[in-house]
Amino acid sequence: MIQAIAFYFFATIVVASAVMVVMARNPVHSVLWLILTFFNAAGLMVLVGAEFIAMLLVIVYVGAVAVLFLFVVMMLDIDLAAMRAGFSRNAPLGLLIAAVLLAELLLAVGAYSAGGLSLGSPDGAAVQAADKSNIEALGALLYGRYIALFEIAGIILLVAMIGAIVLTFQAPKPGARARQDVGKQTRRRPEDATVMKNPEIGQGVEL
Amino acid sequence: MIGVEHYLTVGAILFVLGVLGIFLNRKNVIVILMAVELILLAVNLNLVAFSAFMQDLVGQVFAMLVLTVAAAEAAIGLAILVIYFRTRGSIAVDDINRMKG
Repeated sequence: MIQAIAFYFFATIVVASAVMVVMARNPVHSVLWLILTFFNAAGLMVLVGAEFIAMLLVIVYVGAVAVLFLFVVMMLDIDLAAMRAGFSRNAPLGLLIAAVLLAELLLAVGAYSAGGLSLGSPDGAAVQAADKSNIEALGALLYGRYIALFEIAGIILLVAMIGAIVLTFQAPKPGARARQDVGKQTRRRPEDATVMKNPEIGQGVEL
Repeated sequence: MIGVEHYLTVGAILFVLGVLGIFLNRKNVIVILMAVELILLAVNLNLVAFSAFMQDLVGQVFAMLVLTVAAAEAAIGLAILVIYFRTRGSIAVDDINRMKG
């Protein structure tokens, strides 16, 4: 009973905030609704015992991707009115495509609940043992049978990181920035840089 | 009783909302990127639901890979957006084909 209540609670918030992501006028609000969506999707995943993916969702999305989105939205000076132009013009086409997609997915779910196709069953190599936690079982799988997948994921992240840096890096223009000349700094002597003065009272110093 | 169908329904609704978001906000690349994230979240939800339903953890391993690719895609997409804004002063995607290489 409590599971059902939790499921409907999370599912309702996920769907409602996803609607708000799409419909919100301000991109900043969209990002905040996106955070709520991901948080509640993580709740849905915890409900079926996939704690690791749920935590990953919270850490990676709420902690990194959403903040990245927020930074970019706030950095770019966007004309909100121009962004909204065409919203109502595109609405019929968008709604039509959404309706077609939803009908297809409902057809698939309906056919599945009417019996579904039998494509074989899992071979039992990746069953979560009852005495192991989700993270433990997933870790054993990730560092064992699926080590190649894990390393490919690492390579993808590395390529993405280098790509983002290469794309946004601005080389300093020659002469535009003060540059440090170490030789000039070490050649500088105290007698070149300072003078001793002993002025009369009320005379002041000529520099 | 909550079954795998309930999860598939939530995933389907999320997916459709993501596609709808791409079509409704054709001018705003940032919201388009967020809609893509919604679509990938729907995929992850389905993978996790089936992983729990089939008692097979491979679904969760694959969901992790999808998550990785989604994060990389967001980073690269936003980087492209930043340099596009730097050169053109707007993020209107209508005339993005003027970039020409």
